[in-house]
Amino acid sequence: MDILVFVKPVPDPDKYNEIRIDEKTKRLIRKDVDTIIDPMAKNALEEALRLREEKGGTITAISMAPPEAADKLRECLAMGADRAVLISDPAFAGADTYATSYVLAKAVEYITDEAGAKGFDLILVGNESADGATSHVPVQVAEWLGIPHAAGVSSIEMPGKTEITVSRRTSAGVLQLQGNTPALISVVRDINKPRHISAMGIVKARKKPLTLLTNEDLKLDTSLTGETGSPTKAGELSMLDMRREAAPLTGEDATAEDAAKAILSIIRKAGITE
Amino acid sequence: MDFRFTEEQEMLRSAFADFAKEEIAPYAAKWDQEDHVPMDIVPKLGEMGIMGIFVPEEYGGAGLGHIERCMALEEIARYSAGLAMMVFTHHLGVAAIVDYGSEEQRQKWLPGMCDGSCVCGLAVTEPGGGSDVAGLKTEAVLDGDTWTINGRKCFITNSHCAGVTVITCKSGEDEKGRAIMSTIAIEKGTEGFEPGREENKLGLKGSFTGELIMKDVKVPVSNTVGEVGKGMPITMKELGEVGRASMSAIELGILRGCLEDAVKFSKERILYGKPISKLQAIQFKIADIRCDYEAARLMTYNAAAMKDAGKVGAEFSMAKYFISEAAVRAAKNLTEIMGGYGVVNEYDAGRYLRDAIACIPSCGTSEIQKMIIAGETLKKF
Repeated sequence: MDILVFVKPVPDPDKYNEIRIDEKTKRLIRKDVDTIIDPMAKNALEEALRLREEKGGTITAISMAPPEAADKLRECLAMGADRAVLISDPAFAGADTYATSYVLAKAVEYITDEAGAKGFDLILVGNESADGATSHVPVQVAEWLGIPHAAGVSSIEMPGKTEITVSRRTSAGVLQLQGNTPALISVVRDINKPRHISAMGIVKARKKPLTLLTNEDLKLDTSLTGETGSPTKAGELSMLDMRREAAPLTGEDATAEDAAKAILSIIRKAGITE
Repeated sequence: MDFRFTEEQEMLRSAFADFAKEEIAPYAAKWDQEDHVPMDIVPKLGEMGIMGIFVPEEYGGAGLGHIERCMALEEIARYSAGLAMMVFTHHLGVAAIVDYGSEEQRQKWLPGMCDGSCVCGLAVTEPGGGSDVAGLKTEAVLDGDTWTINGRKCFITNSHCAGVTVITCKSGEDEKGRAIMSTIAIEKGTEGFEPGREENKLGLKGSFTGELIMKDVKVPVSNTVGEVGKGMPITMKELGEVGRASMSAIELGILRGCLEDAVKFSKERILYGKPISKLQAIQFKIADIRCDYEAARLMTYNAAAMKDAGKVGAEFSMAKYFISEAAVRAAKNLTEIMGGYGVVNEYDAGRYLRDAIACIPSCGTSEIQKMIIAGETLKKF
């Protein structure tokens, strides 16, 4: 079974206080911001590793990102992926989810055509990234490729060769979906616990291929990629004011009930409850 | 001259740091309070590649070097210096087998030592002292193909958990009456070989330290690590290079704990209406801890790089001496920054201080290191 896993580098949540946004372009200033593999993408890779242990096959980690993201793909190789592909070109920069999914889908066609038509069984993706969190890209890629997709998946079972059963937790219970490969599945955090990267994994990664794909390879119409190909634009951006303010409650003879009423009125005023 | 780690080394550090944050940090204080040795983490350390990080790949190791080994120790010791002691002593015994063991010994023991199913140890110190290797009393007598070993070792890390311990024994005397030493591996369960008293230590809890007692222990001569009669240079080399670089890395981990906790506490603790990090008196202490940490970092990885390059010198002792003292200094500074909180066991400051002090004797006290440094300096300059 051949599995493709999409991987997105996202700013390290421990360094969120260092993130700055370019006021003009409304884009993240990536310089000097440490990135990590998106946590849910790690879950997707772990699930791919589990399925490969069960059924054999290969895992290809794919990322559309600036060139410095190559180290994140090397981490995927160290975690156990067999090969990695970095899709990077200035023509792809500034893309919204629509233009991103278009490039990713075309890259999947390019990679898999190279190995033989539809040379993959599954695409596994994190359900939403820790930074953008739109959940658009996985579904859009599946639509571009014309394959079935399931989102918010917390378990995957493959009893046979192509049959696939996935579960999604909903507020009403667990929803089970059945289908066949090839398919795209986006997974959530509780599907598994990603393994640690080991020293042996890092040493083995030295010999695994990491390929760079640019638009010279993909030859895409640049009016459909990057910022130009993005139908959505960022509107206004503002930083949340997270400062805390103390509101002293005074009244020497106040009872506990009076205090509770006063607190409730503050909560209501803040619009938290009616 | 480039002091940066390679991209691969940074990836390793980040992998070890993630592991330590998840598998060690939440439990370290409990291990210390209960003096619990977390044996269940050893197979995980094996899976991570830490137990056999510098062992060649053909024996199940990761085939990396001592820089990477010190990184692992620093990351472990950041949260539990006690557990790092177990790992370091394991490395010490493993290094003797990698460097001097026979092919048969390597094939027999190294795979288990790499995957974490067998902890290794190295036992030198005796009740009469540790640094006076020539004065050791544990005696090994060779009769045909069999050693008979009698003696007692003390303050031995991994005494109660090692599957194989490499023991330094007196195996004869030369024509001038000087001791001839041999290093011999003894497997757990060998008749007459038992751990004795387990020590209740000031710090570095979470690792076994105790006695090893040998009463007419019989092992084949094929268990000799290195040549018969060549135990002295083997012991001195492994303790002096692997040992001191390791102790520096462990103390560096303690120093980093002090640094990170000092910054966090001083930013959160409000006095006179502002965080105490704004007070110059506190800033001076933080500056001292930072300088100690940065100097310690350079000295540790310089020693590790020297080991990887096969160079010898007093730099191993300089690192051990400086960082032993710096870790105690930093832990004391942290305790002072934290005031009353610094002496409450709910916080880690006290543990850092106890661990830093408990590190001092391992692989030679500061005075022993200074003797070595002075000895080399007087010859060299």
